[in-house]
Amino acid sequence: MTTVKILGSGCAKCKALHQRLLDLRTEHGLEFDLIKVTELREIMSYGIMATPGLVVNDVVKSTGVLPDATQILEWLKEAHHAA
Amino acid sequence: MKLTPLRIAVLAFVAWWVAYTNLTQAVDAVVYGVLQLAPGSRISSAIHFFLYETPKVLLLLTLVVFGVGIIRSFFSPEKTRRILEDKPPLVGNVLASTLGIVTPFCSCSAVPLFIGFVEAGIPLGVTFSFLIAAPMINEVAIVLLFGLFGWQVTLLYVGMGLCIAIIAGYIIDRLKVERFVEEWVYAIRAQPSALQEERLSADDRVRYGWTQVREIVAKVWLYVLLGIAVGAGIHGYVPENFMAGLMGRSAWWAVPVSVLIGVPLYSNAAGIIPIVHALLEKGASLGTTLAFMMSVIGLSLPETIILRKVLKPPLIAIFVGVVATGILIVGYLFNAIM
Repeated sequence: MTTVKILGSGCAKCKALHQRLLDLRTEHGLEFDLIKVTELREIMSYGIMATPGLVVNDVVKSTGVLPDATQILEWLKEAHHAA
Repeated sequence: MKLTPLRIAVLAFVAWWVAYTNLTQAVDAVVYGVLQLAPGSRISSAIHFFLYETPKVLLLLTLVVFGVGIIRSFFSPEKTRRILEDKPPLVGNVLASTLGIVTPFCSCSAVPLFIGFVEAGIPLGVTFSFLIAAPMINEVAIVLLFGLFGWQVTLLYVGMGLCIAIIAGYIIDRLKVERFVEEWVYAIRAQPSALQEERLSADDRVRYGWTQVREIVAKVWLYVLLGIAVGAGIHGYVPENFMAGLMGRSAWWAVPVSVLIGVPLYSNAAGIIPIVHALLEKGASLGTTLAFMMSVIGLSLPETIILRKVLKPPLIAIFVGVVATGILIVGYLFNAIM
């Protein structure tokens, strides 16, 4: 199963990104594990310099921005096919 | 003709220009024509100020945030870090302060950015130059300064802000404060950033700029409105020279008191600048005003609290102390020469 992680210790955009993923999951009936990573050391182990970070199957997809829904869907599909 | 983002942007700019150049006439027509207010009365002065400054600032904000968004689409924290690696002191401080203006930055990302810089071996002083300039010289402050004070004060603010960031960073570098960084920061071994740097098309950049406009305008429009409303009240109802005694040049304590009040006071540029503008009109001096704005915008309590995660209290104190001293000097300097 695809694992999606949101890296960020509670900034406004981090919360918005989490909500966007929850919405996508229900709207499109997708199946993936959604994990919020709030511990700084773990966040930093991904080498990102701006939060939120979006990680799909341990690959950093975006940092510091709120990617739009179509873009996120594309990443999720790629990950699903690769698995 | 297909409507690409780039073409929409060009059309939007034409509409913007028409609105901006006809604003004075439109507001005059509303205030003196439709509302039938007598020119020169207190109420008409306050209402005219509010009805004119609000759309003007919002229009400028949209344009500048969009422009800055386009510029920022060429930069990223990763790119900035690469530029700053292996630069000698001073050169590093100058570059870091300047890049602080154009690199996308949000104070909520101050910690990851700090760690990212430290890991790449960028000196602490250079990192601080970035962290001082980035919040102090931001597009919202530039728009409000330009819209309300004109380009001279804007240039002064940006120039002085850069000087403080460069010199404060250089001093922090000389102080050898590495031991005041939390040990775990040095222990982090991040995997090299795997993020692909994609090539963006012109349309992508326009989209990025537009996202920035939506995000920032949504965040600050209410503060702009409130700030200008309070400013309009002061403009119309507070007597001339009311502030001369309190924030004027003759009061030597005005600068330090402004900084002391300004540092813990947390407001974004959008809320504070219109109020400060109105105070300046009523006799506050430019040095005191600049010092107050810089301490409110550049040194914020939330950011220092966030930085506490990676910095030990002595370094927090040095950081705030050095920057506050710089702001004091700017305040006194301008009170003395203007």
